[in-house]
Amino acid sequence: MKNSAEKPSSIVVAAFPALGRYVSKGGWLCFLAGFVGALFLGWYVFPKLLYSSQPQPFNFSHKVHLEEADDPEDVESCLNCHAFRDDGTFVGIPRLDKCKECHEDPESPLGDSDDEATFLTNYMAEKKEVPWLSYSRQPDCVYFSHAAHVKMGEIECKTCHGPHGGSEVLPLYRENRISGYPIGIWGERISGLKTNTWDRMKMDDCAECHTEKGHEENNACFVCHK
Amino acid sequence: MKKEHDQGKYKYGMVIDLDKCTGCGTCMVACAAENNVSVRPDESDKQRSISWMQVYKADNGKEFPEAETVYFPRPCMHCEQDGRGGHAPSCVSVCVATATTLDKNTGIVSQIYTRCIGCRYCQAACPYKARYFNWWDAYFPVDKGLERYLSPEVSPRMRGVIEKCSFCHHRLMRARTKAYADGRRKIKENEYITACAEACPAQAITFGDLNNPKHKVAQLIKSKNAFRILERLNTKPKVYYLSSRDWVRKIADNPVDEFSPISG
Repeated sequence: MKNSAEKPSSIVVAAFPALGRYVSKGGWLCFLAGFVGALFLGWYVFPKLLYSSQPQPFNFSHKVHLEEADDPEDVESCLNCHAFRDDGTFVGIPRLDKCKECHEDPESPLGDSDDEATFLTNYMAEKKEVPWLSYSRQPDCVYFSHAAHVKMGEIECKTCHGPHGGSEVLPLYRENRISGYPIGIWGERISGLKTNTWDRMKMDDCAECHTEKGHEENNACFVCHK
Repeated sequence: MKKEHDQGKYKYGMVIDLDKCTGCGTCMVACAAENNVSVRPDESDKQRSISWMQVYKADNGKEFPEAETVYFPRPCMHCEQDGRGGHAPSCVSVCVATATTLDKNTGIVSQIYTRCIGCRYCQAACPYKARYFNWWDAYFPVDKGLERYLSPEVSPRMRGVIEKCSFCHHRLMRARTKAYADGRRKIKENEYITACAEACPAQAITFGDLNNPKHKVAQLIKSKNAFRILERLNTKPKVYYLSSRDWVRKIADNPVDEFSPISG
């Protein structure tokens, strides 16, 4: 004990003179290694473990389907497939009937990728719905009206969902193992920082936008909770 | 550019005509089905069963031929104040978790199950016994087909939280969404009514905006027969009752000779 007390770390002594008596150079290094290790575990390993990842049933290219659109990020382009029903409710991920409008004939020359072959033989031919995994499904207790935001609020799809009208590959679906929510809800970054409006879909993000646009009244609990 | 928003001027309320009510209980069943209200294996245990809409029976205590009965359907009253000078109903002011609030734009008292911590202060504070506590997780008998009737518009409640009538708030959101899709900001009178009002075979329940003089409810509450239960508490409930019978108004703790007619 006497030896360690004689060689205090100069940094620690400078910062906390009173600690110098207790922390040796070796002890300081041990603390630093442990601290960095804990940060690594908490900020890198834990998020990896927290989220499971699984591929979609087969790949879907938004780019191919929007090739003829002038602007693949335009709301009208998205609405072709991600449509509204007559009562204002939102279809979300289109069902087989929508795909059928173009893909009904299995012999039709609409492309020759393996994914399309999977789709035509395993799903379209058997009239089976594709079990897509939704990246944006909110928890059961949340109510969200797409009509209010897209039709009345005139908000673009990418404001919340990000630009992916030109994407060629579907990303892996990652689900929180504890809550069962997709990673898009709480965001990719465990730090909670966000740079884009579509980085996160938490309650505070909804409220932030409502407030910014001058609709504080829509922060009432029952507007989004059900 | 800030657009004019069609909010902040609604006060949704209900008028129940007790002279029409037959006590059949359809409103209770319609409400439970609409709002995914869980059932107990033994539903006859009324100390523990949950009923957002509850029908109470009362009589005038006389023998035949003067004997008369009245049924009081009781949803959440969606009070406007606690009656002691506060600007929130008593259930809201006692909530430690801000799980229940009075929305000034609609007049509806919300209950957020995921926020509720289950302290049951609100249940104790409610003078109308409109709040129910979930002692168990939601239960829907398997293999009996009940789970197929669950509504995706109302989230099921978990063990340890309070639940209560929401004036079918999801129906308001449904009506608004429909209006937005049609390019309207306003919803029409008949577009948003509660499940109990829709189901009542005697059409005793009327629902609408108390602030809109064109709505039927706003006209009905001006009747001299209109009253509210426990009006002397001054909680300003938004559920009004109609009865032409004096003794009915009297047992609702609102004798006409003691209190002036409802002003709204």
